[in-house]
Amino acid sequence: MLILRPDDIAPSDITPRSLFDRRREFLRLSAGAALAGMLPAAQAKLGPGRPSVLSSTEPPTPLKHVTGYNNYYEFGTDKEDPARTAHALRVRPWTLSIEGLVKQPKTLGIEDILKLAPLEERIYRLRCVEGWSMVIPWLGFPVSSLLKQVEPLGSAKYVEFITAVQPETMPGVRSRVLDWPYVEGLRLDEAMHPLAIIAVGLYGDVLPNQNGAPLRLVVPWKYGFKSGKSIVRIRLTDKEPLTSWMKSAPREYGFYSNVNPEVDHPRWSQASERRIGEFSKRKTLMFNGYAEQVGQLYSGMDLRKQF
Amino acid sequence: MNLSLIKPPLFIACLAPLAYYAWGVQADTLGANPIEAVTRGLGTWALNFLLITLTVTPLRKYSGWAWLGRLRRMLGLFVFFYAALHLTTYLWFDQFFDWPAIAKDILKRPFITVGMISFALLVPLAATSNAFAIRKLGGRRWQELHRSVYLIGLLAVLHYSWMVKADLSKPLIYALLVGILLGLRVWWRVQERNRQLAGAYSTKPLRRVISIAARK
Repeated sequence: MLILRPDDIAPSDITPRSLFDRRREFLRLSAGAALAGMLPAAQAKLGPGRPSVLSSTEPPTPLKHVTGYNNYYEFGTDKEDPARTAHALRVRPWTLSIEGLVKQPKTLGIEDILKLAPLEERIYRLRCVEGWSMVIPWLGFPVSSLLKQVEPLGSAKYVEFITAVQPETMPGVRSRVLDWPYVEGLRLDEAMHPLAIIAVGLYGDVLPNQNGAPLRLVVPWKYGFKSGKSIVRIRLTDKEPLTSWMKSAPREYGFYSNVNPEVDHPRWSQASERRIGEFSKRKTLMFNGYAEQVGQLYSGMDLRKQF
Repeated sequence: MNLSLIKPPLFIACLAPLAYYAWGVQADTLGANPIEAVTRGLGTWALNFLLITLTVTPLRKYSGWAWLGRLRRMLGLFVFFYAALHLTTYLWFDQFFDWPAIAKDILKRPFITVGMISFALLVPLAATSNAFAIRKLGGRRWQELHRSVYLIGLLAVLHYSWMVKADLSKPLIYALLVGILLGLRVWWRVQERNRQLAGAYSTKPLRRVISIAARK
């Protein structure tokens, strides 16, 4: 193919003048960039990811807050603990096994999972059960593209997500504050919903350890704790999985845990939330503002009883 | 001991936690959720000062430094000071002075109820922390009133533990410390009673009984 270009373009018009004048520096920088391309995949930028119509247009919470204020009890129960201690988490090699009521049980390596589906940027609201919220630009792919790999059987009704336990890197698992491994679960139709994703990154980059590297669930219409971090095993079952929080406080945490301003936590109100970075509180929205997309999943259910 | 050398610097030191949070808000060093950090921090310091105040008497007793007792009022007033600030952060930053919502919250949420009761019990103690009130009430009644500080300590720890989501380790440490400080008082009372009993009945009357028996 012949590429036509007018021959009246001076090289200085293509290269910015300032760089053209600093030719040596430009060469050094390009060499650096080439070297960076040779580093292992984990250190390369993953993003930016394809934009999605499912993304929120709200301004994202600053990166330092998204990575500095975390609930990841395996690394300590203070919000600042994970940012301090999660660097120790071993994220390579990493395998994910998908088993249970499926036609093709599989164990996948993280490298293959990253190639499974094109990465999308999903800017979602995240509402914590404690009453604060963020807006996070995740990078990931739908849970459904993962589950399609194993072909769930007709008898499969629920999906159980089992997360990593690394006693030598996780100071928190020495205490029995929750039952380890941390287990979460969804109904199969919830997991197959296009909003439910497996995140492998945020802010266009590899997922930081404190946010649940290398693979985490993100279910934006449910309280944050439903989105299990550092997942190692997914099991399809016909029985409702017993999650870690349900075991710890069955009166306070139900299986569904949908964001619902009308159903209070037994010990505090869920009617409002503080968006991180804001002074005033805002009203919490039904299904965290995703009612239009997910409301029909729960039609006919009493959300006070099935909380 | 010249207390004028100790009191002013101690007063300044007691304001340090407040200065830390005020500076932290200004310099944005309190993390992602500064309002929560301030609210919880002020509550924690109210509890810390309560423990410090309850430590004064044992410390005085075992060290023999009688002057320590004269710092107790100031320390106790700082409990009230930090508790009042803690309450203000709740009323303001959590509820934005929405009084009906606050009333509902107090009635519905046990940890808020208990927090409010502890604060309400602190008010008469702060109000009677002056020589005039002691004179007016009389020493014994004043002391009886101020014994409610032990109840306040227990309620404050309960308030803390009911607020926590799952990790009870910090509230349990506070419970242990309050337990030790209360236990000490109970132990002193038992000792005192034994001493009185011993003085009143065991030695002299027993000898009398024996001598009466011997006479027969």
